[in-house]
Parts: sequence; structure tokens; C-alpha cells
Amino acid sequence: MGREATIHSQEQRGERVPLPPPRRWTGHYRAIILILGMLSFIAGFAEFIAPYDYRTQHRAVINLPPMPVHFVDARGRFHLRPFVYAITRVPGAQRRYAENTRERYAIHFFVRGEPYRLWGIIPGSRHLFGVSPESPVRFHLLGTDQLGRDVFSRLVYGSRVTLSIALASLLASLLLGLAVGGVSGYFGGWIDALFMRFGELVQSIPAIFLILALRAAFPLEISYGNTVLMLVAIFALASWPEVARLVRSDVLSVAGRDFVLSARAAGATDGWILRHHILPHALTPAIIQAAIIVPSFILGEAALSFLGVGIQEPQPSWGNMLAAAQDLTILLTAWWMLIPGLAIFVTVAAFTALGDAIRDALDPRSSSRPQGWG
Amino acid sequence: MAKLLAKRLAQAIPLLFGISLLSFLIVALAPGDPLAHLATDPHISPQTIEALRHRLGLDLPAHVRYWRWLVGLLHGDWGVSLQYRLPVSTLIATRALNTLILSLSATLVAILIGVPLGIVAAVRRQSFIDRACDWLTTMSLSTPRIFLGLLALLLAAKTGWFPIGGQHSAAFDRLTGVQRWLDVLHHLILPALILSLAPLAVYLRQMRGHLLETLDREYVRTARAKGLSRSAVILKHALRPALNPVITLFGYSIGNLLSGSALVETIMAWPGIGQMTVQAVFARDIYVLMAAVMITSMLLIVGNLVADLLLAANDPKIKLEA
Repeated sequence: MGREATIHSQEQRGERVPLPPPRRWTGHYRAIILILGMLSFIAGFAEFIAPYDYRTQHRAVINLPPMPVHFVDARGRFHLRPFVYAITRVPGAQRRYAENTRERYAIHFFVRGEPYRLWGIIPGSRHLFGVSPESPVRFHLLGTDQLGRDVFSRLVYGSRVTLSIALASLLASLLLGLAVGGVSGYFGGWIDALFMRFGELVQSIPAIFLILALRAAFPLEISYGNTVLMLVAIFALASWPEVARLVRSDVLSVAGRDFVLSARAAGATDGWILRHHILPHALTPAIIQAAIIVPSFILGEAALSFLGVGIQEPQPSWGNMLAAAQDLTILLTAWWMLIPGLAIFVTVAAFTALGDAIRDALDPRSSSRPQGWG
Repeated sequence: MAKLLAKRLAQAIPLLFGISLLSFLIVALAPGDPLAHLATDPHISPQTIEALRHRLGLDLPAHVRYWRWLVGLLHGDWGVSLQYRLPVSTLIATRALNTLILSLSATLVAILIGVPLGIVAAVRRQSFIDRACDWLTTMSLSTPRIFLGLLALLLAAKTGWFPIGGQHSAAFDRLTGVQRWLDVLHHLILPALILSLAPLAVYLRQMRGHLLETLDREYVRTARAKGLSRSAVILKHALRPALNPVITLFGYSIGNLLSGSALVETIMAWPGIGQMTVQAVFARDIYVLMAAVMITSMLLIVGNLVADLLLAANDPKIKLEA
């Protein structure tokens, strides 16, 4: 109350009014950009950042806990280069491991390791970090899963799946929403009524049931590439109505304006007018809505993969990695299998914050309207 | 009130008709044979499958199939579950009830905790409580429910305070009436808490935001100036109008709640409609899938209707434009 009263009186006195302090998240803008930048880098260069392939099974170290990284060795000497100890299996019925403090292996950066093809094209064998390939141990930063696959590597490859599906769904939803909303608002009449009623229909089915029904329309076992396409199609089909509704209302407010009429008088076609004069105005609400909805795509993908109807093994996704933890024995003995949950949390939080920041920057009047499928 | 009810019900009929058409188009017309899994079973002859196909009407043209299904829906015949070989209506009734129990308990928890916390956060703005609430909402809106569900399972398994999933214990049949209620309640606590976290955050945030807005209004300042106590002003003057958006939210939140409950049910083995739908996707159980879409959409429509009625009860200004 107090601050607004002061601003009023300052305005009346003709003084320069300081801008109100930025809303909650905008202060963390740099942190958001940093986190999302790092995520994109990890997803983009997964082959280089992951020390091992996501399929490689290190059968000697199944369900290995995260390996501690040391700087000080057993005799109390400090080493500038971090190192790990060799892992030995403790004899006994249960699978347990211990560090062998007599064998020390240094962790190197840009180390030579498993050969790979970056993006399936560029051959390489350098990895961001790891132990020397000649050494008998492997470095599992976040441990291994029940098949002995490196959890950190799978997490890194999983980020690529998650981010590419989220961004592709965003693009598809935006394009579909712009097209339908634009056509609806511009032509009006029965086309408008048809599209908008259809949109309301889609929105009146609870999201996950619509998504599951759409999922059932596709075969259960399909290739990885087709799964990605299918998930993108499902998410776009479930999310376009909100984008279309917002775009339509903006198109309606622009369609009767003078510059549109003059363009028509000059002989422009409907398509030209839509693309060059009207849709640019409707872009802002579409972008805001799209930014807000990205977290739902991430949670949706994780949920479907968790349930077993999304990304399939051996291809890692954060959702299907968590599915392994449904097994009570794994849940009780291998806590590191829950780490993908943290990865989803951080990513969703960062995208939510980005969405809020974009909305605050483009449309400060709106209030937060959270939604979620996961 | 009766007029509003009649109007909304009239609006719901074409909507439900559209939903039935849409769900039929998605599920029943999808490529792939729903009886394919039977064909791999050596105990079932191809003739039996063809007979079953004929009996289910799967060999008829699409529009006839849709018409039959729609007429069946209206008569309470929701088709047959290909997986359980049971009528869908018997299968889905208890499931829907279980989902309703879970969702309503979660809503109750969310409102009972979220709304008061939101009021406190708004009244004590920038205090420790306000900041803590801010963190709580941000955290709970970003935490995936599957992760929460796994953490809850872990808690139950480690401490033994709660049962590890399920709806009732193995000895349920030997329990007496009150014991049965307590047993189900014991199983309900964890899933309901997990499910309530996200709506709780939304209620808290909205309550806080709108109450802050109302507290800034002239009439609230007037009430304060004429000497009313702080609590009386907040409870009598500011709270009621600020509740309106929260009530509207109740309607909107049903969809999210049902979506979330599908995941919680699957992880915590709560025999609800979501868990059934997931299994139906694997089994290509088309009639169960279509029924699940219909039932949950109906629940959503009813939820919105209840929110409308509550809104009318809370705000005399709303002259129900019926």
C-alpha cells in the first residue's frame, strides 16, 4: 500500500518514477540461463560428456553405488589431481563393494575412451572426464544400474531425449496453435466455430487420459525414432487448443484494423495478410503460452516413459530410468537410481522459471496459471 | 440455482456427445487389431477369435460400431473388457469410486492446508512463513509426481509406518466394519498426501495473491479506519471476495487432479481408474479406454459444475446469467 501511494504522489509531482522491483524470479534470470545453457550443452554433446555409452554393460560392477572421488589418499597425502580407488566385491551372498585403497587411479579430463560418433556423424574418442582406458577400473560417478550400465552416462543421454522431445513438442504445438487460431480468428464463421468447439472438446478431457488414449492409437512396440515422433505428435495434439484460443483472440482484435484493410484494398491475398500483418501480432500470447507449457511436456514424457509406454529400453530417458526404482529391492538398496528424479526436478524448475520470466517480460499484467501433467 | 443447474446440464450433453465421438475416433479406429493378443494364444482357435470378433461387432463398419456403442452407453452397457472378459460397467464402477475417494481426499488436504497457509502468507507478507510458503510452492510444482511416489514408497518401506501401496491389507476380509474403514484410511494417507501437494501449492499461491490484492482495496482500508480489528477486517471483508478465484480454481484443478491421480495410482497400486487405463493401453482394451475417457471427462464436468454452484453461493453479485 505504502509504496504505491508514494509512486502516485511522485507521478503527480512529475518526478521520474523508479521501476517497480522485478517480480520474484526475474532476479534469478542469470541462474536460469546458466542452468538451461548447461543442460543444452550436456544434451547437445552427450557423446563427449558421458564417459561411457548408454548401452555398455559393466557386468563386474552391477548396482555399484556412486564412486567417491578422493583428493587425499589412505596415507593422508594430498593430490591435486582427483582420483578413485579400485573397486572390489566383498565376498558374501549380498552384492557389496569396497574400495581397494592400494590401487589409485587418477581422473583425467579430455581422456581417450570408448569411440563414438557425435550426432551419429563425427567420429571421436575423447571424453570430458574419466580414468585412463589402460587402467582396469571404470569411473562410475553416479554408480551403475542393475545391468551394470553407467548411471551418469545414461542420465546425460537421457537429457538429450527429454530436451529434444520438449522443444519439438513446443514447436509443433506453437505451429498448430498459430495455424488454427489464425485461421479461426481471421475467417470467423463456421470454420471458427468448428475449430474452437473442437478445441474445447479436447480440453474437456483430463490431459493424461487423452494422452493415454492417443498413445493406445499407436502400436505398443515401435522404433526409437518413431517413439519420439509419436510423443511429439501426442503432446502437440493435447496442447494446441490453449495456444489457438489465445492467438484467435489477438487475431480478432487486429483483423479490423486499418493496416489490414489497406493491405486488402491493395490486393493482398488472405494468406499474405495472415502471415505478414496478423500473425506477427498474435505471436506474443502464443510464445507466452508455449513457454508456460514446456514443463508439462517434460513431465509428460517422463510419466509416459515411466509407465512403459514412452521411450523404451535400452534408450535411456529420465522417466524409464526411474521405472527401475519401482522395484522395492532396488528402491531400498540403490538410492542412486532415484537421481533422474532430481534431474527432472531441476529441469522443470528451470523451465518454469523461464516461462514466468518470459511472461513477466512480455505481459506483466497476467497472473501465474500453473498446470501440470506429471 | 436450479436454472443454472439446468443450463449447465444442457450444455454438458453436446459436449459429452462430442467427447464420445472423439474417444471413439482415437481408440476404436486406431490401426491394429484389438484381438491380436488372442491370436498368439495356442489355446484359442482362429474360429473362436472370429466368433468373438463377430459377437463384439468388430467386423462391422465404423459408423455402425459407434452407433451401437453410443446406444449401449446410454443404456448403461459400456462394452466388454477384452482383458478381464467382464462388462466394463462393473469393472469401472468401483475403480471410479476409488479414484473419487483419492482425488477428493487430496483436494480436502490441499484446501485445508493451502488456503489457511495462503491467508497467513498474505497477511504476514515477507515474513519467514511467507518465504517458506514461496519455497514450498515452487518446490512442489516442479517435483514430478512419479518421483514423489517413489519417495513415498521408500518412506513406507523404510519406516513401516504406512503400507507399501495397495488399497487394503491382506486380512481385509476378516476385519469388522470400523476396522475396514481404518484400514483403507491407513492405505489412503500416503497417496492422498502426494497427490495433494501440487494443488496445495496452487491454492496457496492463488489465495495469497488474491488476498493481497483485496487487502489493497479502498473498502478494506475504510473498514480498518473505522476501527475494526485486523482479524475482523481480514475474515469478514477481505477473505470472501478473495475466495472467488480460489473456488473457480477448484473446478479447473479437477482435470489436473485426475491426471495426477493416474500416476499416483500406478505407483502406489491404488486400484483406481488411472491404473486401469494404463493397463488398458498395454492390453489394447479399447472399450475400457473409451469408458475411462468418458468417465473422467464427466467427473471434470461435474467438478466444474460444483465450482459454479459454490461460486454462486459465495458471491451474491454473480447474477447467474441463466
